[in-house]
Amino acid sequence: MEISLAAEPLFHIGNMPITNTLVMTLLLSILIIITSLILKNKIKLVPKGFQNIVESVLEALLNLVDSVTQDRKQSNKFFPLVATIFIFVILSNWIELIPGLGTIGLHEVVHGKTVLVPFLRSVSADLNFTLALALISFFSIQFFGIAAIGAVKYAGKFFVSPLHKPYFIGTFVGALELIGETAKIISFSFRLFGNIFAGEVLLIVMLNLVPYIVPLPFLFLELFVGFIQALVFAMLTLVFLKMAVTEAAH
Amino acid sequence: MKSTWVGRKEKSMDAEAAKSIGAAIAMGVGAIGPGLGIGILASKAMESIGRNPEATSKVQTAMILAIAFTEAIAIYALVVALIIKFV
Repeated sequence: MEISLAAEPLFHIGNMPITNTLVMTLLLSILIIITSLILKNKIKLVPKGFQNIVESVLEALLNLVDSVTQDRKQSNKFFPLVATIFIFVILSNWIELIPGLGTIGLHEVVHGKTVLVPFLRSVSADLNFTLALALISFFSIQFFGIAAIGAVKYAGKFFVSPLHKPYFIGTFVGALELIGETAKIISFSFRLFGNIFAGEVLLIVMLNLVPYIVPLPFLFLELFVGFIQALVFAMLTLVFLKMAVTEAAH
Repeated sequence: MKSTWVGRKEKSMDAEAAKSIGAAIAMGVGAIGPGLGIGILASKAMESIGRNPEATSKVQTAMILAIAFTEAIAIYALVVALIIKFV
């Protein structure tokens, strides 16, 4: 039972290692793209079957976005980013529930020892993925903010001149907010990575100890945690987007 | 008296044991703060839902967001513990 913090490389193309999480990301993206293309070609005015499910999920997400932004036009602007983050993260979190986690793989020789490199590893259990997603959220928040209220006003939120009313306290608070923005990257990436990686380790250990029936509560817990973490990531992105496009209150 | 100090063997723990104890302490102490924090958050949210059941969905949304923030701190401690143990 080997648990490694970093994603294990399956093979190398030239000098670049192809890790198992990279393969899972590609498979997941292909799955989502093919599903959307099939739905788009067979779209009907009165939905039946799978189209019904997808429509209800998207409507629930749009209502969630509406409840935070209180403005339908703004929701339409934010919806693609937030919904994509939610759907991708929830599917990648639930990969760890597929039977075969950590056990089906290749035997490879790494640093002289033979270790098992598993095929199935949850995409969010790779710090590269969560960091990339956190950077995407961070830069989208900045771009949406600048596009909505202009670069000068947006920079004015962080760089408050000490000559106006709150004097030096205003400058200090602005600097703190700037640091807080960069701390969001670390917070986003580590929250998702920590939750999903810890869940994977828990599942591997439990299934290793007692393979039947006893791990059921832990599987339910992981199902729930995967859903909540996806929801939290999407909603935090949404809330920060909303805060970035509103003008500073005075 | 002095002769007992000559050739005294230095006692030390081996690295694996120290790593395990370090990981355990990191996670254990790191779970106290967020545990208390989430308890206080949830209790205040329950109180306000009880006083004003119409505002349930607003309070619930804000509560889940705040709980995610506090839980992240426990996750930081978990990541430190995992790094100590496995890296």
